[in-house]
Amino acid sequence: MLNPAYLSYPLPLAKLEVGQHLYWEIGNLKIHGQVFMTSWFVIALLVLFSILATRKLDRVPSGLQNLMEYALEFIRDLAKNQIGEKEYRPWVPFVGTLFLFIFVSNWSGALVPWKLIHLPAGELAAPTNDINTTVALALLTSLAYFYAGFSKRGLGYFAKYIEPTPILLPINILEDFTKPLSLSFRLFGNILADELVVAVLVLLVPLFVPLPVMILGLFTSAIQALIFATLAAAYIGEAMEGHGAEEHG
Amino acid sequence: MDPIIASASVIAAALAVGLAAIGPGIGQGNAAGQAVEGIARQPEAEGKIRGTLLLSLAFMEALTIYGLVVALVLLFANPFS
Repeated sequence: MLNPAYLSYPLPLAKLEVGQHLYWEIGNLKIHGQVFMTSWFVIALLVLFSILATRKLDRVPSGLQNLMEYALEFIRDLAKNQIGEKEYRPWVPFVGTLFLFIFVSNWSGALVPWKLIHLPAGELAAPTNDINTTVALALLTSLAYFYAGFSKRGLGYFAKYIEPTPILLPINILEDFTKPLSLSFRLFGNILADELVVAVLVLLVPLFVPLPVMILGLFTSAIQALIFATLAAAYIGEAMEGHGAEEHG
Repeated sequence: MDPIIASASVIAAALAVGLAAIGPGIGQGNAAGQAVEGIARQPEAEGKIRGTLLLSLAFMEALTIYGLVVALVLLFANPFS
């Protein structure tokens, strides 16, 4: 509805474009090119860092290896807290991938000056700025917890739908839909809101004033990545242990 | 675009964010107050309380963000225009 030209400004850094995309056509599919470019960048960054950190392994870690071991320990503790001591190990890669991808995506949107690169349509921003990315991540989480529940408890997994009473069956089924919905909307809304607020402030006062908001944005982006990973791990843990079993703390 | 739909969308967007901010505002205030009380009682548990507080604050904030998503849809991707 709002004309994007109305919000543009002589400065190249102060432009607001929501709902404008660089479309690539592959077969019958229309895909958002700018999201692909930035997510490839994020993936390349992660792979590069992993290779550099593991190329020369020392018994006493230093530098990059130290940082990566810290990240790994952080993710392992997160998974252990949510899934439980016994079952957490196979899920560390999944939870860790989610966390690292979302974290680096969010921060790349805030730290990399994407707006200097001009595209014919749309603009480069964090990949999580697009609802398709977050929905894909949330649906992956759904699949993961279904798989976790099935592989652990077999058909007994369906018993959770009629626990504690069969009257709650519709609500329990609804929960399977609201989980990915809330996961994806939370991430998408937070990142888009953050970038919009920064863009509006840059539009109004291009110097120094947006800085505190940018720092707040970095903080919330990190928290959102942590929340997404924590919730994914919590859902997986919940699917595996069942409602009747002991509560994890 | 019909001017009535345009004005209705703008008002609806403002209401969506404004109303969605009330509940989480109260909730976050409560949670932060209780956390401060908890830290005052048990200063050694500060780290744990802070972690839990940040996580739950983010959950509450998500509710406002839902309102914001609705507002953004009304402003930039209005289905009725």
